Amino acid sequence: MSEPKLDRTIDRSHMTVSDEVAIQISNMNKWYGTFHVLRDIDLTVNRGERIVIAGPSGSGKSTLIRCINRLEEHQAGQIIVDGTELSSDLKNIDKVRSEVGMVFQHFNLFPHLTILENCTLAPIWVRKVPKREAEETAMHFLEKVKIPEQALKYPGQLSGGQQQRVAIARSLCMRPRIMLFDEPTSALDPEMIKEVLDTMIELAEEGMTMLCVTHEMGFAQAVANRVIFMDQGQIVEQNEPYEFFNNPQSERTKLFLSQILGH
Amino acid sequence: MSDTHAQTVAYVRDTMLPEQPAPATEAGAIKWLRENLFSGPLNTFLTIAGVLVVYAMVSHYFAWFAHSVWNANSLAECRTIITERWGEGATGACWSVIRERWHQYLFGFYPPELYWRPILVFVLLFVALAPVLFQGFARQLLLFSVFYPFLAIWLLWGGSIWPEVMIILGAVAGYVAFRVIEPRGDTLAIICGILVTILFWAWLSGPLSGMIQSVLPFRITPVSSEKFGGFLLAVTLGVGGIVMSLPLGIMLALGRQSDMFLIKTLSVCFIEFIRGVPLITLLFVASLLLNYFLPPGTNFDIILRVMILVTLFAAAYIAEVIRGGLAALPRGQYEAADALGLDYWKAQRLIILPQALKISIPGIVSTFIGMFKDTTLVVFVGLFDPLKGISDFVRADFAWKGIYWEPYIFVGAIFFLFNFSMSRYSMYLENKLKRDHR
Repeated sequence: MSEPKLDRTIDRSHMTVSDEVAIQISNMNKWYGTFHVLRDIDLTVNRGERIVIAGPSGSGKSTLIRCINRLEEHQAGQIIVDGTELSSDLKNIDKVRSEVGMVFQHFNLFPHLTILENCTLAPIWVRKVPKREAEETAMHFLEKVKIPEQALKYPGQLSGGQQQRVAIARSLCMRPRIMLFDEPTSALDPEMIKEVLDTMIELAEEGMTMLCVTHEMGFAQAVANRVIFMDQGQIVEQNEPYEFFNNPQSERTKLFLSQILGH
Repeated sequence: MSDTHAQTVAYVRDTMLPEQPAPATEAGAIKWLRENLFSGPLNTFLTIAGVLVVYAMVSHYFAWFAHSVWNANSLAECRTIITERWGEGATGACWSVIRERWHQYLFGFYPPELYWRPILVFVLLFVALAPVLFQGFARQLLLFSVFYPFLAIWLLWGGSIWPEVMIILGAVAGYVAFRVIEPRGDTLAIICGILVTILFWAWLSGPLSGMIQSVLPFRITPVSSEKFGGFLLAVTLGVGGIVMSLPLGIMLALGRQSDMFLIKTLSVCFIEFIRGVPLITLLFVASLLLNYFLPPGTNFDIILRVMILVTLFAAAYIAEVIRGGLAALPRGQYEAADALGLDYWKAQRLIILPQALKISIPGIVSTFIGMFKDTTLVVFVGLFDPLKGISDFVRADFAWKGIYWEPYIFVGAIFFLFNFSMSRYSMYLENKLKRDHR
């Protein structure tokens, strides 16, 4: 796998991990029918943490982060996001979802709305922000992801990398406290991966709490403070990036790293 | 090879070639003819055969149209004129029947001195439709579109205006209830809103409108439903059915997709039952059976009954068309809407339905066209549809006994006009909503 070069120095001045707990997952289990996808997941994420979740396909890593905003329902255990427990209570679910931003592999922009409308829709309808104010916020974040000039176009007119940056801006417009990334660069051409990773790095530099499912190990090494390796629905190993890549403990991790890094 | 470095193995182009005009056979009329009409022996044969068929049909029917008679008082007189003019054995169209009876084809037995009312309703229909169908009209016009149905009902059937006002008030009361309860939950608010509206209509609207009528009499000559006929009837049923079946179809499609078992089961049963039964069966239910189920003494207008059944019929088909549109949307759209914190109704209204309906436009318009044509089936429950009801009535006159082609062509042409417009509008809309241009 060719790693895009992250040829930039990373400003770590705001990347601080606080003691405050952002996400608390304990003893969580999930089944798809009779298939046990997630097994006894215990994970505590503090505010300001940048976690990369890696693992072979089918290991449950996407399912795990999709449980955090309840796109998937868990059947046992507890997930507490920002002090709100996720249960079948719709009010809690909506509350968590409006606090947690999510970026998808296939962007999932709304093709019938302009870029600007994509970004203002949720603030206007969920947060009840006045339209003008929502548009100003949207333009602010579109400038941040460096595509303000595309605001009046439709998603179909943008390249994959641009669409993914819009998707990030759309999430940010809700002013989330936690961002989830579900393989944000897996559907992109190599030359576009870098622009999306740059945006994600900037976000990390500002101290955003991030959980990223990704195969970009360069990103993990540069930005993450913790790497989690999952296999067969379980957390197999977690460590800070340097140790994880240079001194993996479990055999499964070693095999995975040798495959993905091509050693 | 002057522009390449032939002496080296690696190839580098250093001058780009300019664009050149296409050869003559690749452009213009010749290309079109070759590609579209004479691209091979089989297609050449088919082209010639097609031209011959068209020629045969035109030459066969041309005389009949060319020998048209517009001024005559009976079919027999028509035939005499044609024979006189074009000789023994000549055939010709006798359009005088249309000339004499056009008003019955259009208005049925509506009192002629009141023709202005349906005409006004028809003209206002376009005013009401314009802001719904096209962009660029003032949004205030939409308010007229909302009130238009009530105005139309009042103008068509006449009588006191207060029952219509009560219907509006009932809807307003329901909306107020909805807004009051909305903070406590959308679903509860919707149920309460509907309940308040129904209770208002059932218990309050009758006595209230009677009271106001006695104080403030405001009425025009009533016209009963038996007087409706022809295209007045077809368009009333068609427009009413279209306007009511679209929202009902959307709700049924959403119901069928719902996670709630009861709602899903009810929607599926309803859709499958309606789609499994011929429309005529339902029309008989409307005309004969429905009254048995209603409390004794209620006289439920026959046009209203038929309109409701036609609406239910179309709604079941529209639900299935929209379900196709919903199924065509990627799951990611639902997930993105969920992840942004939009609740079910907002996600449906802002994200899912605009896209699903756009995909379903051709199917929805097809269903509408089919429904509009099916309104002619009301002849079986004793209403005078333009195709058979009115034509039979016209033929019952001794003067026009035995005339078939001319009324059918006339009625067919008007139906075509309506349906072709709908079809063109659907294409226009699809084009306008296209978003995948690069």
